[in-house]
This record gives sequence, C-alpha cells and structure tokens, in this order.
Amino acid sequence: MRLLTVTNYTKSFYVHHLARAIPAFKALDFVLDEGQFLLVSGQNGAGKSTLLRCLFRTYLPTSGSAIYNSRHGEIDLVRAADTDIMLLRREEIGFVTQFLRPRPRISASELVAEPLFAENLTLDEARPYAEKLLSDFGVKSDLWGAYPTTFSGGEQQRVNLARALIAPRRLLLLDEPTASLDAAARDALVRRLRELKDQGVTMIGIFHYPNDVRSLIDGEIHLQGENIEHVAD
Amino acid sequence: MDTSNHPSDRINDAPITLDAPRLTRATPLLRAHGLFKRYGRIVAVEDVSLDVYPGEILGIVGESGSGKSSVLRLLNLEEMPDAGEYTLDLPDMRGVNLFTLDRFQRREVALFHIGIVYQNPHLGLRMRYTSSGNVAERLLVTGERKFATLRQAARDSLAASEFPLNRMDDPPRVLSGGMQQRVQLAKAIALQPRVLLLDEPTTGLDVSVQAAVLDTLKRLQRERQLALVIVSHDLGVIRALADRVMVMRDGRVIEAGLADQVLDDPQHAYTQQLVHAKL
Repeated sequence: MRLLTVTNYTKSFYVHHLARAIPAFKALDFVLDEGQFLLVSGQNGAGKSTLLRCLFRTYLPTSGSAIYNSRHGEIDLVRAADTDIMLLRREEIGFVTQFLRPRPRISASELVAEPLFAENLTLDEARPYAEKLLSDFGVKSDLWGAYPTTFSGGEQQRVNLARALIAPRRLLLLDEPTASLDAAARDALVRRLRELKDQGVTMIGIFHYPNDVRSLIDGEIHLQGENIEHVAD
Repeated sequence: MDTSNHPSDRINDAPITLDAPRLTRATPLLRAHGLFKRYGRIVAVEDVSLDVYPGEILGIVGESGSGKSSVLRLLNLEEMPDAGEYTLDLPDMRGVNLFTLDRFQRREVALFHIGIVYQNPHLGLRMRYTSSGNVAERLLVTGERKFATLRQAARDSLAASEFPLNRMDDPPRVLSGGMQQRVQLAKAIALQPRVLLLDEPTTGLDVSVQAAVLDTLKRLQRERQLALVIVSHDLGVIRALADRVMVMRDGRVIEAGLADQVLDDPQHAYTQQLVHAKL
C-alpha cells in the first residue's frame, strides 16, 4: 500500500534580515510504500535533515505536496491543519533525532514512557515497557530513575531513541539516530529497526554510516543542494 | 543558480495556506473569533481569533504592549471586547456568545469554567489569609459551607498543584514565589474548570522552580484534559509547554502555528527577530 507520495517538494528559508531565500531542496519527487525503508543521503548541508523536518512539519515546506495515507484518510502534510499534524504526531508519525531536550526533573523512565500516556496508559503501566527499552539500548538500571539532563551525550541519545521508538508508529523519520552510539547500542538500535520494519513500519532515515542499516534499505534518495542526483526505488 | 527571485522562494509573500482540520474529530473547547478591544485611542486587540482543543496548550508570545495580556483578560471575561465572539464547548453553553451574557452570568461562567493564574500573586491571592483559605474561598462562593468539606477540597486542590501540605495554613505572603504560584494554581483549579489561563505564570521564578511549576502544569493539563492558554514573553517556557503558538504584535496576530515550527522556522520578519534575539 502506498503510504507517502511526495511531489514537487520544495523548501527554502526566507531570511528577512538578509532579504534573501536560502534554498534547501527543490522539486523532490518520491513515493514510499508501507514497510519500506528509504535512505536519505547527501553531503552536509544538502538538506537531508531539512527534508525530515519538513515532513514532520517542524519546518514549513515552501511548495509541493506530500500526500500521506493516514488511518483517518489521505492528507497533504504540506497543507494539513496544525491540529491534524498534532494528531498524526500523537498516533502515526514519529521523529527520532540526535538532539534531546529533556525537560528538567523528569526521570529517564518517565521521559521514555511519556508517549504511551497518549495511548491511555498510566505511568505505572507504561514503566515496564520503558525500562525494557532502556535496558535494550544499554542504559544501566541505576540511571532509570535519574534525570537525563545530567546524562552524558551518549546516554541522552539512548534515552531519546527509547522514547522515540516506544509507541507504535506507522512512519518513522530517523535523523542520524546512530550518531555517538557505541557498537552495542548501535546493534540494539538496528535490531529494533529490523523488528519495526518486519511489523510494517515505514521509515525514512539519515545515517552517517549507511552500512549500519544496509540490509534494511529499500530505496535511496540522494540530495545535492537544490537538485536530486538520483532516486532509486 | 540564484533562485532568490523565484516567486515560490518568497515565502514571506506567499506562505502556504493551511487547510481546515480534516482528520481531527474533536471540536475546540474554547473558541474566540474576531476580538477587538481599544482603550481610548489605543487599539489593544485587533481581529484576534483562536481555537483551543481539549488537552491542548496554546502559547501567546509577544513583547510588552503586544496585546497578549489583553486577550487573556477578554478570555477570562474580566473585560468586554468592542467586538467579537467567545464560546466554550460545554453543556448548556454551546453556541452561546459569552460576551452577550449579563455581568452575573459572565461571573458565574468564569467562576465555574475558567481558572486563571497571574504573574503577580497579589492579583490572584489574599496575601494575609491562609493558603488553604485562599483556595477554599473559591468553593465558598458555590454555597458550600461545611468546614470539613471546604478544607478537604482545598487540601485536594493544593495537593494536585503539588503544594507542600504541611504549609497549607501559612499565608501566601510568607511563601516563596514558586509556592505562591502553586497556591494560585490550586485556587484556579479548585472548581475543576476545563479552561486554564496563565499570564506569565513562571516569570521571575528561579529556573529550577520554574521547571517544577511547568511540570505540574503539564501534568494537570494532561490529566484533566484542560484547554490551556499561556501568555509569556519567555520562548523557553513556550517551547517547553505549548503545542501551538500565536505571535502577537501591536494587537494583531502576525504568525501562528505548531510551537516547534514557529520557533524553528519562523516565517514573519518580526518572529525571526524575536526567535534569534532569544539565542
């Protein structure tokens, strides 16, 4: 089943104090079926992260369309109302980023469990799932009750991954999730992604070392400044 | 290739227009449309419209004098607009423009359905009464007279706002700023309103106290499915709390959107300045 149809997708940032538009990518076309894994590649600054953030609507695309086949019906992610995007973020589309902004005074296990509250689970019900995932990613149990604001970069990254991957999602946007992970955590992540893919989860991801996920990749989109050099499906 | 003159690049001129909600089945709990308010020759609020869904937090940002606090006073039915509609999606009130009600009806709606926390605790609290008394007062007006019931309700409400109960009989004037805000919050939620309005609730508090108060707010909002409107000039607070943001300047809304989008990809020149000034 077709999950996402992206057409003539363009993003540029208009910077008012420069009175100038800074292009990120231009006229992208690609399609994605349910359960497929699309690798986004390209140089630094080619617009890879910008593409993911546009699909998540953290950035507002400039033009084009991205028709997403949600459980509630088809919707263009470019023009969807904010409240519809919020609904999709709660239920269907997840963003996995290397940057974690943990709220102060929230323990690691609560932070990871939080997305499950939207599924009407209480903290006590959600905690075992959170702790299982923290343990899979190699976060030591004596840290589960501690505040991630005090964690090292690598530990924060694992907490973030666990949080991003705990709730069931149909489409995951992965922004360099393996950056700053050690080999064991990277293996745990790839295993988790494999599991999710087998369950039919669709993924679009940026990976600094694509070899980590080579066996998962179904297609690749290569960004080169404003132009795409090559799209494989 | 220089594309800066390409029309589609001039997003400030022709930003994407968003569709009406299509997937969301819920209806907004709070809906205000076409609010206008002037004080003499000063236009404080000019054609402001907003929707807030149950369980949603709307942030309103802007500098002093932008009109954001005026909007909040209108939503709290403290003041009447020169024009505008205001409805709450609650039993017996659907479709009623609250601004058409008489003074007593408005007071009743505000009392039972709208809670407010001010930046300045003096506005919301009697500083020399006990904290529990401040909260219980909200219940007295409903006609409840039994001391034990009032005290228990005050205690429950203070506990929900994570106020240390061993200090519930201290007057606010001897409490720290963070605790005063928790008393205000307890008073605001005592009658279990569905709408909570916050006017710079953590401005002036220590960063760690601020974080703790924000956590309490977030938890309450989630548990009680409140429609919450928070006014703040602090973009950090807005980022931590709000789902959606409205940026105001000179009484008008100049930009609105998802909180992360407005803060990370601001479209309007003024919002870009505001966001970059913060960093």
